[in-house]
Amino acid sequence: MKLKLATLALSALMAAAPAMADLVYPSLSYRTGPYAAGGIPFADGYADYFTLLNERDGGIGGVKAKVIECETGYSTEKGVECYESTKGEGALVYQPLSTGITYQLIPKVTADGIPMHTMGYGRTSAANGKVFSNVFNYPANYWNGASLAINHLLDLNGGDIKGKKVALLYHNSAYGKEPIRTLQELAKKHGFELSLLAVDHPGQEQKSQWLQIRREKPDYVLMWGWGVMNQVAIQEAVNIHFPMENFIGIWWSGSENDVLPAGEAANGYKALTFHNVGHNFPVFDDIQKYVVDAGKAAGNGDQIGTVLYNRGLYAAMLAAEATRKAQELSGKAQITPADMRDGMEALEITEERMTELGMPNFGPSFKVSCANHGGPGTGAVQQWDATAKEWKLISDFGPSDMDVIQPLIDEDSMAYAKENNITPRDCN
Amino acid sequence: MLYREAGDFKTSYAKDNQTFPIKFDRVAYYILLVVAFGVVPFIINDYWANAVIVPFLIYAIATIGLNILIGYCGQLSLGTGGFMAVGAFASYKLMTAFPEVSIIIHILLAGGITALVGMAFGLPSLRIKGFYLAVATLAAQFFLVWLFNRVPWFYNNSASGQISAPERSVFGINVTGPHVDAWAQYMICLVFVFASAWLARNLTRGTMGRSWMAIRDMDIAAEIIGVNPLKAKLTAFGVSSFFIGIAGALLFTVYLGAAEVGEAFGISKSFLVLFMVIIGGLGSIFGSFAGAAFMVLLPVLLKNILVGALNWPTDLAAHFQLLIVGALIIAFLILEPHGLAQLWRVAKEKLRLWPFPH
Amino acid sequence: MCRTARGSNIMSAEFYYGVEVFLNGLMAGVMYSLVALGFVLIFKASGIFNYAQGVMALFAALTLVGFQNGQIPFASLINAIFGTNLHSFGWHLPALLAILLAVLVMILFAILVERLVLKHLVNQEPIILFMATIGLAYFMEGFGDLMWGSEIKKLDIGIPQGGNGWVESHTAFLGGDDFYGFYLDSLDIVAAIVAVALVASLVLFSQYTKTGRALRAVADDHQAALSVGISLRTIWVIVWSIAGFVALVAGIMWGAKSGVQFSLSLIALKALPVLMLGGFTSIPGAIVGGLIIGVGEKMFEFLIGAPYLGGATENWFAYVLALLFLVFRPQGLFGEKIIERV
Repeated sequence: MKLKLATLALSALMAAAPAMADLVYPSLSYRTGPYAAGGIPFADGYADYFTLLNERDGGIGGVKAKVIECETGYSTEKGVECYESTKGEGALVYQPLSTGITYQLIPKVTADGIPMHTMGYGRTSAANGKVFSNVFNYPANYWNGASLAINHLLDLNGGDIKGKKVALLYHNSAYGKEPIRTLQELAKKHGFELSLLAVDHPGQEQKSQWLQIRREKPDYVLMWGWGVMNQVAIQEAVNIHFPMENFIGIWWSGSENDVLPAGEAANGYKALTFHNVGHNFPVFDDIQKYVVDAGKAAGNGDQIGTVLYNRGLYAAMLAAEATRKAQELSGKAQITPADMRDGMEALEITEERMTELGMPNFGPSFKVSCANHGGPGTGAVQQWDATAKEWKLISDFGPSDMDVIQPLIDEDSMAYAKENNITPRDCN
Repeated sequence: MLYREAGDFKTSYAKDNQTFPIKFDRVAYYILLVVAFGVVPFIINDYWANAVIVPFLIYAIATIGLNILIGYCGQLSLGTGGFMAVGAFASYKLMTAFPEVSIIIHILLAGGITALVGMAFGLPSLRIKGFYLAVATLAAQFFLVWLFNRVPWFYNNSASGQISAPERSVFGINVTGPHVDAWAQYMICLVFVFASAWLARNLTRGTMGRSWMAIRDMDIAAEIIGVNPLKAKLTAFGVSSFFIGIAGALLFTVYLGAAEVGEAFGISKSFLVLFMVIIGGLGSIFGSFAGAAFMVLLPVLLKNILVGALNWPTDLAAHFQLLIVGALIIAFLILEPHGLAQLWRVAKEKLRLWPFPH
Repeated sequence: MCRTARGSNIMSAEFYYGVEVFLNGLMAGVMYSLVALGFVLIFKASGIFNYAQGVMALFAALTLVGFQNGQIPFASLINAIFGTNLHSFGWHLPALLAILLAVLVMILFAILVERLVLKHLVNQEPIILFMATIGLAYFMEGFGDLMWGSEIKKLDIGIPQGGNGWVESHTAFLGGDDFYGFYLDSLDIVAAIVAVALVASLVLFSQYTKTGRALRAVADDHQAALSVGISLRTIWVIVWSIAGFVALVAGIMWGAKSGVQFSLSLIALKALPVLMLGGFTSIPGAIVGGLIIGVGEKMFEFLIGAPYLGGATENWFAYVLALLFLVFRPQGLFGEKIIERV
């Protein structure tokens, strides 16, 4: 009885879905649940950029862009529902914003011929385009992140970190364990001592780990955290008087949300990033004018210029540029997901183009290819200035150690190919 | 008038003992089966299968399993998520280690392994009762999740600890992996649901079920009349975990396709299945279905109405969704504390007398 | 405790580290107890296992911060409906006043819960009441988000935080050069003092006031209490109000560390093993249970978990520890003796 009613209600709704006429970008966001504070600014940035393109340029190549938001609450099961409900509407590219959802969508998007972009998260070995034809994770992934962090330590120590003690504080999950293998390889190469400290979900209680850090006095602490774990870790680091400039987080542990609760004492905390920070870019003036002042902003409009907002904006920019490329390649304005995939694979971001878009030096210049879906793997280090309450970039977008990472990517992607009977594509 | 039981005479014990002694129920049941097996597979699409029906069927199995433990045997368990993880990881290990064996056998074996694990964690129930028993099962929940995260052997040493279901087929038709049709997914779950419900219904009617219920109603009295509490409690834990393990295996292989233990099988899953049991109605197979349907369908329905039809922002819709689900749970409990199954019983009673008030 | 005898200096440092972990375990235990107390109060008076206790802590802390920062409740909803752009009243209340207002809101909440939920569920089985609190938890989660928004808020009511310098410098002489002195978080020390004060006032309240005696009467026997003219409904409102206050205290202590955010509601999970161990009906049990769990899980992580098992063992070890105790005392350490009759 219940089922039938639901069927009626739902099928009525499905029928009312609008016809395909726009460029559709689903945004699997999470504005509720334990990670909402991270999900909101990203989703806002993603949506606002497309609104800007619609309002200012009349869309992309003359076709309006449409962002369909679907709330996942960071749950994989809701992610499935979101995927199924949006893919029928001509979705061009998915940004699941969750490693769990990514893993589960990889086979699905490949079978359905829709590309997926996991920027700075997801399955690292998807960088191998020969195996993962529809998954892209440019411009950088976790293993690049691990290498970038070590590169920063090398820079600080004049290229020699032999015998230094580095501790990795990680979320005890698939996400947190990602950098371990790379760091172990790098430890062998550079001769530093690596110790691992796992924090169980959700990470509100980290006393044991920080007492251990206080006892063992590592020279540096790296952090792979997300959600409440970040705020608690930074607070605990402050509590044990750990020098904040020796504490480096991955890009998901480096937003305003993470440092603000600890107040002044968080000053000097560092985090990696693969895009620029702050709001000193011409594009924000346009956003203010066309989006916020017009009352069309996705959120309250108070997130603009924050790290995660910029990341959402950057993801949207990359998607829009790939769309342009796809329109150019296919010669039509109304592209299909397959065209979009080709566009992403041929994507080239140059400094000139970013300047044109009002985002000079917003991210690295790079080129995607059939074999390399992972981009250049470059990144920079940002540092928190607690008095000004803003992040500052303290290094350029530097390269990571691909000599170490590439073999790992090949190994892991080939294992996946074997397990799933995929013959790697020929990319020549 | 609408619901008739008058004039339905039985001439043999077998007929009197059948599952649906009333003709009306029996007919409805057969119609339901025909529709489920004969009609739905032809009209189901990807959205319906993946967003609603398949999770509903899988959770129904888990709910039946937990209902056996809580509703029939009276042993409170909060380890469902952990036991589902056992099923999922067992099926993953079996699938990758013996690719030539049918996935049906793997799923059944996964259920069997979960049953053994469940019985091991059920041992403290001989000593600890009520809410205190929940601690033993919570220990299972947290320990199992930690273990599957910790020991790389369980996820074949993959870099991240995610497990992905390889492609497998039954009678040449894909049931797992990316190239699977909605109807195939639906059918394999339906077959398992049907078998589970049939098995559970008949187990609970037999000696075993009666000894469980004796333990539930008063364990000391049951012991005095000769029910062996060790046997009754452990069989309840075993049978319950068997179903939960199957549900976990299906959830991973057929529905999600990839899973990470902490996210997919965390404590929230334990609570979710418990909610389904209580909302559906303790000690009722029908209630298990109703509870699973309520908790799976309602959020999707609300989301589609609020976001799809009313065009609300997704965050407001999500907040209201929580509000409405919470309010509905309370309202249901106030109106009918014994769950949806009792509501159904009352409805039948009303229909029987309709249109007369008494 | 001493793993090796690699020379007396190192050994003694190891020993002092062990002591330090022990002390911090005690402190963590106090934090767990604060959450567990709320559960015990409600269970004792009404036999309800209140699943919503964690969400109550979140809601109370959200309300406190919201008042303090002059946030407009339901701002996002109002903005969405009327197209306005409201955020803040623009004032900043002193901490004490904000706490007072938050307490008032929690009392209002208790009254509403009694009126709308509990009143209709009198005499139902415990599992039904448990389920009702689950519904309540869902409702409040949505309501709290809707009212105050879901971003992370800084909670600052002037509680000191960070390693306590006094303790550190006065204990540094104990160990060798490697030893800085014991690390104790000032916040934890404050929490311990607050917990002691809270328990003491609860005990005094229930021993020496009329309402307190009525409370104990209800806890002992509902029927008998009713028959001597104690209003069960009033008592329930009082108990839920006190539990709301305890939730506020727990929310403040935990929120000071992590900021006020959704995850605050998950602290309930930390309180469950404490409850199991200490017994659902005993206030001293909540404290002692908390201390045992805190020390047990921290020492296990220090001695076995981190060096041999790869760490992050605390979550499950707390439950295993509680389980070990329960096997010997099925009613919890301080629970009422279970007497079974046919």
